[in-house]
Amino acid sequence: MNQSFRLENIGLINRNKKLSFKFNGKVYYGYEGDTLASALIANGVHLVGRSFKYHRPRGFFGAGVDEPYAIVQLYRNGETEPNIKATEQELFEGLEATSVNCWPSVNFDIGAINNFLRIFLPAGFYYKTFMWPKSFWFKVYEPFIRKAAGLGVASIKHDKERYEHKYEYCDLLITGSGPSGLASAYAAAKNGAKVILAEDKSRFGGTLLTSEVNIGNQSGKEWAESIISELKEMPNVIVKNRSQVFGYYDHNMLVMSERVSDHLPKTKKFHPKQRLWYIRAKEVLISSGSIERPIVFGNNDTPGVMLSSAAKEYLKVYGVLVGKNPLIFTNNDSGYETAIEFQKNGINPIILDTRKDPKSEIVDEAKNLGINIKFSYVVVAAKGYKKVKSADIAKISEDKEQLGIVENIKCDCICVSGFWTPTIHLASQSGNKTKFKEDIDAFVPGISKQNETTLGAANGTYTLEETLKKSFETGHKLSKEITKKDNKISFPNVIEKKSTAHDKFWCVPLPKGKNYKRFLDFQNDVAVSDIEIALKEGYRSIEHVKRYTTLGMATDQGKTSNLNGLQLVSKIENKVVPAIGHTTFRPPYTPVSIGAIVGREIGKHSKPTRKSPMHSWHEKNNAIFVDAGVWLRPRYYKQGNENLFEGSKREAKNVRTNVGVCDVTTLGKIDIKGPDAAELLNRVYTNSWLKLPVGKARYGVMLREDGIVMDDGTTTRISENHYHMTTTTAQAANVLSHLEYYLQLVWPELNVNVVSTTEQWAGAAIAGPKSRDLLSKLFPNSDVSNEGLPFMGFIEGDLFGVKARIFRISFSGELAYELNVESDHGIFMWEKIMEIGEAFKIQPYGIEALSTLRIEMGHVAGSELDGRTIPYDNSLEGLVSKKKDFIGKRSLSRKAFKAEDRQKIVGVIPLDKKTSIPEGSHLVKDFNAPLPNPKLGYISASCWSVEHDNPFSLAILKDGKNMIGEKLFVMSPLKNKVIPVKIVSSHYVDPKGERVRS
Amino acid sequence: MLYIKCPHCGWRSQNEFSYGGDATVKRPELGKEVSDKEWDDFVYNRKSLRGKHWELWQHLSGCRQWIKVERDTATHEIFKTLKASEEIS
Ligand SMILES: [Zn+2]
Repeated sequence: MNQSFRLENIGLINRNKKLSFKFNGKVYYGYEGDTLASALIANGVHLVGRSFKYHRPRGFFGAGVDEPYAIVQLYRNGETEPNIKATEQELFEGLEATSVNCWPSVNFDIGAINNFLRIFLPAGFYYKTFMWPKSFWFKVYEPFIRKAAGLGVASIKHDKERYEHKYEYCDLLITGSGPSGLASAYAAAKNGAKVILAEDKSRFGGTLLTSEVNIGNQSGKEWAESIISELKEMPNVIVKNRSQVFGYYDHNMLVMSERVSDHLPKTKKFHPKQRLWYIRAKEVLISSGSIERPIVFGNNDTPGVMLSSAAKEYLKVYGVLVGKNPLIFTNNDSGYETAIEFQKNGINPIILDTRKDPKSEIVDEAKNLGINIKFSYVVVAAKGYKKVKSADIAKISEDKEQLGIVENIKCDCICVSGFWTPTIHLASQSGNKTKFKEDIDAFVPGISKQNETTLGAANGTYTLEETLKKSFETGHKLSKEITKKDNKISFPNVIEKKSTAHDKFWCVPLPKGKNYKRFLDFQNDVAVSDIEIALKEGYRSIEHVKRYTTLGMATDQGKTSNLNGLQLVSKIENKVVPAIGHTTFRPPYTPVSIGAIVGREIGKHSKPTRKSPMHSWHEKNNAIFVDAGVWLRPRYYKQGNENLFEGSKREAKNVRTNVGVCDVTTLGKIDIKGPDAAELLNRVYTNSWLKLPVGKARYGVMLREDGIVMDDGTTTRISENHYHMTTTTAQAANVLSHLEYYLQLVWPELNVNVVSTTEQWAGAAIAGPKSRDLLSKLFPNSDVSNEGLPFMGFIEGDLFGVKARIFRISFSGELAYELNVESDHGIFMWEKIMEIGEAFKIQPYGIEALSTLRIEMGHVAGSELDGRTIPYDNSLEGLVSKKKDFIGKRSLSRKAFKAEDRQKIVGVIPLDKKTSIPEGSHLVKDFNAPLPNPKLGYISASCWSVEHDNPFSLAILKDGKNMIGEKLFVMSPLKNKVIPVKIVSSHYVDPKGERVRS
Repeated sequence: MLYIKCPHCGWRSQNEFSYGGDATVKRPELGKEVSDKEWDDFVYNRKSLRGKHWELWQHLSGCRQWIKVERDTATHEIFKTLKASEEIS
């Protein structure tokens, strides 16, 4: 295909670099600097898709972010991405794209039958048509809608691209590099302010690229280029193209997505595809311009009907003609500018102006160029199915109600200008209460809520001179307040053509006997008749009308449709537009890829991974790791072909018979110092702490104020005013915050300091009947006998030159010790234990064996201390002091906590002594009882008891105290299991606790 | 994302802080007889205010100090921040 709609001598594209690309399988050519849209139009391709509801043919409507139609599925470097706007996607060598929403092809679309059956698809058709019978929804309606409708297809592959997040702070953030953006950025930057200037498109300059104006004896485009190149050189300025500020959040924080690599065939090595910027700005200048508004007429969705400003942009920026026989349909002077550009490039347009006799410099110029202008004329309907072939036009009466005789004229495109709608999304998102501006029939920002100012066309100012003046002033004034400098820029001389008032006309009446669809929302196929139905059916609030008809709800978020929708409602309701109000603008302004939102926090990067100092040893010794909070912990150390069950059983058994060693570095550790440390512990724990001697540890339980157990652990008195607290791995951070809360806010009079030392200590538990023998070999100079280091005792020892803390505490229920050394010596300690332990048949054990050991001992852990249980429930009531007060004590006297049949921890054994009990199963009296079967309790933890060689579980059971010996059923509907069980004591091994004291 | 002025560190983004609830709640003194009503009011009963609200935040990923923040719950405007030791005025 040749580029038969490309002009020779106009445009900003690079003609030295020809690019090939594929659309729907066919090869085309374009140039570097094209968008996919401009390159397709250059090749005469106007049919790009099908509409959402009626599957009507869709072409191009705009030239940028406002595009409602030209949405494609993009293929780039082996990846695919849905819902890409062809008007935004820059062309690169080898680009491939396909149409979406058409099956089997864009030219022959089965769904288009909806177009002929549209009587069935009026406003609210989702709600009406697909409601009944209910059973039809999943079987018939839903699959049908999914197949026939829907936008692109998301890839199900892992996205191998990289996305980054960046935080930035600035004095002024300026959103848009048109005249107001450039002027304000320049003034502020010259005054020393730290400025970020963001431009959505690849080229800076906004409307200056396409308008015939003169600033300081340069063309608008030249002026823009000179300002940008100066700004780029300034160290206090960040200038970003391909960057859309899409969200305005609290406290002047804005988020911008930068399309770093989307315009390239492939992302460069070490570069991200996109970057999300979180920008905290002292002041925000919104210079986002305005979007041209369509005029509504019959079949106004036919490919070839487009915004007049887009036609001008295709011509001036890309050197592309949207048609060779253009019809311009306008209610204001902007349409003339497009017509003049056509005329200058050898194409003869016809202008239809709804106005009777407009007088302005621009109109005069068009007349002088000999352009055919028909005043008081309108397009009644576009003709042609897949492309405009002609237009039915007619004269319109002065009251705009009556059409004259309908004539048909040939044309291949209809360029529409219905005046301009300021882009107020960001201002509105910031909390600005917008106001309706009568003379432009549109909303503009009102009183600012945050530090934001809207300039230029976005504020409804449509003359260049006024825009520049205000923008220079604002940039200077705001920067002066921040930098306290006063460098002023001299105001350049501005030449622009004067325009005259627009006509408030926006919707062409239907000719008698005709029933043309007149569309308001082009992506969601919402026509004038749909809004009429919604109002007839009683919908009044614009928010309800929006949801019922889906007006403005598509990926373009109604950028071209909202105001015409409001005009229509106001006309039918006979209310002024401001009384109806606009729907809420919410971020994002344009769709943002999920990848950009997620950034680098995916997979292993989604949270930090913490490893103990002994991690490398575990790795070398076949540890199978498991996530434990943010930590990686060995679950078991695999020998040969062992599975988890076999391995953990072997490890647990070895602890019960010989000695094992477990990495307990992950336990939370808090160092507590100060003269009031004992008093703090006494208030935080349920048991008493004032009389704990130096060199002794104690087990403690802490509650929340509502009486629920928060955490447990041992705390050791290292010296007079120095304690070492341990917490569970999971609660370490919360316990520290909890202590800080009470020390800083509730009892500031306590002279205590707390600090986390979790990472400062490497920890190893050595447990088993032979652990003392091993310990005596590790610390030959210390007395570790039962008298020298009794149960719950603490000494410091010398581990072959390394200072170690030795705690005689036990989680496994065996004779056991915990060793702590400074983290850097962790691996030394571990290897010494393994080396010397060999003689005692030592084996490392992972957390699966650790769980087994504690479960059969009836020691509670996170699965019992789950934020729902009180000390009694865990058989810890013996640790609750009756004498002193402590955090949460008062709550324990609540009626439910003192109930006679209060839940309590019990042991559970299957009657067959074989069937493993799934954790989380429920306990019931009668498994055949009608539903809902009353639940008596739940299984909190399960293991295979190595002591008894049969399954054993812990459960929290209603009236557990009186249930010992009862027979119940465990039910696990998820695993489809019913297991008859017997309730026993939770202390299944060594119920008297003799081993730990031996 | 809110921008909070930590009285110890200066302006920091919300993601460095964690929220800690109503700052005006006073814990009953230890060892004091407290009625069920008083205790329930302390533990559970909170007004869900619309408007100005004194609340606690902890500068978790910063100085770890608990601070008092006066914030409008509807608009998120922050009027004042205080150290834990400073009385709400
Ligand atoms: Zn701080």
